Amino acid sequence: MNLIELLAEPLGYTFMVRALAVTVIAAILCAVLSCWLVLIGWSLMGDAVSHAVLPGVVLAYIVGAPFALGALVFGFLAVALIGAVRDTSRLKEDAAIGIVFTTLFSFGLVLISVTPSHLDLNHIIFGNLLGVSAADLWQVIILGAVTFLILILKRKDFTLYAFDSTHAHALGMNPKLIGAVLLGLLAMTSVVALQAVGVILVVAMLIIPGASAYLLTNSFGKMLVIAPALAALAGIIGVYISYYLDASTGGMVVLSQGAIFVLIYLFSPRQGLIAHRFAVARRRKNLQQA
Amino acid sequence: MTLAIDVAQATVHYGPILALDKASIQLERGSVCGLVGMNGSGKSTLFKTIMGLVKPDTGTVLVNGLNPLQARKSGAIGYVPQNEAVDWDFPISVREVVMTGRYGRMGITRTPRKADHAAVEAALERVELTAQASRQIGQLSGGQKKRAFVARCIAQEASIMLLDEPFAGVDKRSEATITKLLREVADLGGSVLVSTHDLHALPTLADQAILLMRKVLMHGAPQVVLQPENLAMAFGLDPMNRGDSA
Repeated sequence: MNLIELLAEPLGYTFMVRALAVTVIAAILCAVLSCWLVLIGWSLMGDAVSHAVLPGVVLAYIVGAPFALGALVFGFLAVALIGAVRDTSRLKEDAAIGIVFTTLFSFGLVLISVTPSHLDLNHIIFGNLLGVSAADLWQVIILGAVTFLILILKRKDFTLYAFDSTHAHALGMNPKLIGAVLLGLLAMTSVVALQAVGVILVVAMLIIPGASAYLLTNSFGKMLVIAPALAALAGIIGVYISYYLDASTGGMVVLSQGAIFVLIYLFSPRQGLIAHRFAVARRRKNLQQA
Repeated sequence: MTLAIDVAQATVHYGPILALDKASIQLERGSVCGLVGMNGSGKSTLFKTIMGLVKPDTGTVLVNGLNPLQARKSGAIGYVPQNEAVDWDFPISVREVVMTGRYGRMGITRTPRKADHAAVEAALERVELTAQASRQIGQLSGGQKKRAFVARCIAQEASIMLLDEPFAGVDKRSEATITKLLREVADLGGSVLVSTHDLHALPTLADQAILLMRKVLMHGAPQVVLQPENLAMAFGLDPMNRGDSA
């Protein structure tokens, strides 16, 4: 079997085409968002919100509302609760995050278990790439496109918020609103990515691409291109490998992203571990000669 | 003529801690005012109050005769952050930082027009950072970093500049460049409020000075404010060296 056949064979199955489409959309969206999350220091917040949307999604399912709406409500609820616990008790933020999102996530688990439905817990937790229906795909496309568009159109405000929110304030902008919009987009993105890799692995897609790109470039504009490109590539590689190895698809996608991160972490020309070691050795040698 | 900054009887608490105690400050246009006081004397709180980041419990703040929100929206308030408040690893170039000074004039997607590019290049030239404009912000020296943020205020065409400790970790040459720039801003009708620990340079830097110790202890010419008995009030020292050293 040559390479073309190797790549073409899975595309003969509709479920594989849909899996690839959802993976690429979710990977690109998460990757774009991850650029800001990594720089603001919101990686844990990404973890929290992506888990906390679960009860919102289940409740939306029960009352027949759009999943995105339920996710938004619970995403904001989580952020508000985290802020409240942090500000009104002696607990620090990491503890507040840990308490709030696990509690909300558990609430979601309980809701699923008592709701007679077709919602499969395993699919929500680990994703269900190979079972994406046409309707699922459309939801991912529409939700993904809207979120992506807002992120790109308002990217400069988000970047200023991440870099210097006081200056944003000084210009008469409302940094709290900018932050809230970004968190809302995080909740929407969680819904999109939930389909692909499941609740647990969403956080990987929300951190790894941005972190990888950050180690490669000193330009935020370039990060916004590199991160989604790497994530999409890793997504495609992951889906193909999972097809041929008959391995967990969501797991393989994230594993591919992780593998790319490791390569960049080691070999990045400027920020990589090896380049860094060489630079230190060179400086030491120069000092000895001097 | 309306005052550039008019803080009247502002009191600010952080929880139980009193940060500003009925502080009143009037600044006209065309002056550079040095703000002198110990750590914890309320210098940063005063800046935050003028910017509207902190709302005083009592008292009023007017900037160019406007309330702080209106003043911010008019683009009047430029601000140079303290070193520790900046993420120097952020993937942003010097030119991009200066461009953020123009955001208030742009549409919702913040797309720069010709006038914005021109203003940014002019500001970079004035602070002598044209050659370094493409560098990532962390790859500048201490003084160059400060000049980048001063350039942002210039590109913003802010009529009021607030600088919190701009000379910490800055070489003498950059300090001189910044001092000269602030003077030029003031001579063009701007108003500059700058907190500093460098008391020796105060008379060169500023044409007036404020001594702050939660209250405004004194507001006058730098030479007067710098007299030992006056400094002693602000720094809680005893100029005659009486008391516990005996």
